Amino acid sequence: MFVYADNAATTAVSKNVLDAMVPIYTEVYGNPSSLYSVGQKAKEILEESRERIANILGAKPREIYFTSGGSEADNQAIVSAARFGEKKGKKHIISTKFEHHAVLHTLQALEKEGFEVTLLDVHENGVVTPEQVADAIREDTALVTIMYANNEIGTVQPIAEIGAICKEKGVLFHTDAVQAVSHIHINVVEQNIDMLSISAHKFHGPKGVGVLYARGGVALTNIINGGAQERGKRAGTENLAGIVGMTVALEDAVAHMDENNAKFEKLQDRLIEGLSKIPYSELNGDRNQRVKSNVNFCFEGIEGESLLLLLDDKGVAVSSGSACTSGSLDPSHVLLAIGRPHEVAHGSLRISLGEDATEEQVDYIIKSVTEVVEYLRSFSPFWADLKSGKRPHVFH
Amino acid sequence: MALYSEKVMDHFRNPRNVGVIEDADGIGEVGNPVCGDIMKIYLKINDEQVINDVKFETFGCGSAIASSSMATELIKGKPLSEALQLTNKAVTEALDGLPPHKLHCSVLAEEAIKSAVKDYYDKNGIEYDPADFPEDHDCEACHVH
Ligand SMILES: Cc1ncc(COP(=O)(O)O)c(C=O)c1O
Ligand SMILES: [Zn+2]
Ligand SMILES: [Zn+2]
Repeated sequence: MFVYADNAATTAVSKNVLDAMVPIYTEVYGNPSSLYSVGQKAKEILEESRERIANILGAKPREIYFTSGGSEADNQAIVSAARFGEKKGKKHIISTKFEHHAVLHTLQALEKEGFEVTLLDVHENGVVTPEQVADAIREDTALVTIMYANNEIGTVQPIAEIGAICKEKGVLFHTDAVQAVSHIHINVVEQNIDMLSISAHKFHGPKGVGVLYARGGVALTNIINGGAQERGKRAGTENLAGIVGMTVALEDAVAHMDENNAKFEKLQDRLIEGLSKIPYSELNGDRNQRVKSNVNFCFEGIEGESLLLLLDDKGVAVSSGSACTSGSLDPSHVLLAIGRPHEVAHGSLRISLGEDATEEQVDYIIKSVTEVVEYLRSFSPFWADLKSGKRPHVFH
Repeated sequence: MALYSEKVMDHFRNPRNVGVIEDADGIGEVGNPVCGDIMKIYLKINDEQVINDVKFETFGCGSAIASSSMATELIKGKPLSEALQLTNKAVTEALDGLPPHKLHCSVLAEEAIKSAVKDYYDKNGIEYDPADFPEDHDCEACHVH
């Protein structure tokens, strides 16, 4: 059996999406900036896509900027707010400890320039509270940026409430909605969102295309300089096929969101129940306040990379937050942020289901994970020490 | 290109010499759970100072498990003097290489063997030059604590 269960990393492009993209490459290949018909046809499709995406988000078309993906949208949102705030002497930014690196590394760069960054602690359940945000806001706060749903543990943040606080205090609010937009209904007006990032490849669209929504009146700073595309705020000939693919993908995702979530919920219950039977394991992130397709576990006594390599041999594609899979030497900053000690953070597993997942697949995942964890523990000196009581267990 | 060579994957999937020697003559354990790698080596040593048998247990990534397996293969049946010469580099080469950021995961194999030999010397009152035996894994590679 082959089960792709790493949809939080990326997804397959759907047939619908591909079918919509191909004619853009072969027929409407004109440059939207060109004045002849094939260019103007492209321009028309570009603006129609902008309108369709705006509709889904409850935004105005002129508030939608196409980017090369989630990372660029995050970078531009944060840098723009920083430059805007700076002019008024506001050089403080609030975020959280478990943001995506596209956010954290942009903030680090600003810190080097003299900005002050407050990274809020994340509670054990993987959620920050509106009160934490309210308490952290200062006179000189230029921006609050908090992700909508976490990419590793899937926990969903109280975005509308946080947005309301920012609105009341007159602070710009950005949310990285890359992991949320296909799982949670988003309306930027109702949810008090000033800026929002999206990436197409997380919901069966193509890679390398995304959206930055910026409310009218929010001054954007260019990250990519050059031509006058995207109302002068993002240079570069538009990736029209990608934009069209993203538009179709987002419409499909939103149209099927409720039915998909209902299905995911059952599979999520089944997965959590099944994996909880593995001794000394624990779910990461809140049981309920999470994206329905995400399950993330820590297993004591084993290391995540060997777990996922052996799962790959069984045809199960998943990911881990272990140091040895991150390419760095530390385990996932997300798991550390929710208070997992290093030794269990190394043994983590993220399963993110796709819409076509079945009960049989979920049962196969449970069976495979159970077998591999048991096998790796059979020759783990760490597990032997936990079993003999030489080292204390973290879980019960 | 795949993350690991065929050789690494072979030793990772089918590790040689896995297990415990109950009446081991020397036992060495290095690494710690915080760093994400622990390796334990058991040696059976005969009167001629030859490693008759060797087993290992490892908590760690693919590279850590494969290096443990390869290292035990390289020292099995060898005199202690030769086993002590085993370097991380030799283990890595025998595995047809490791990705650069994975080298630190394979250092433990060399250290665990030295630690097991030292344990054997200590238990049997055999004299040795402490300079030949590095201090315990000092976590230099892993800046987590
Ligand atoms: C939460 C979050 N933000 C940003 C990104 C980056 O998006 P992209 O890969 O389109 O740059 C990702 C995906 O890796 C993500 O999960
Ligand atoms: Zn490793
Ligand atoms: Zn260490």
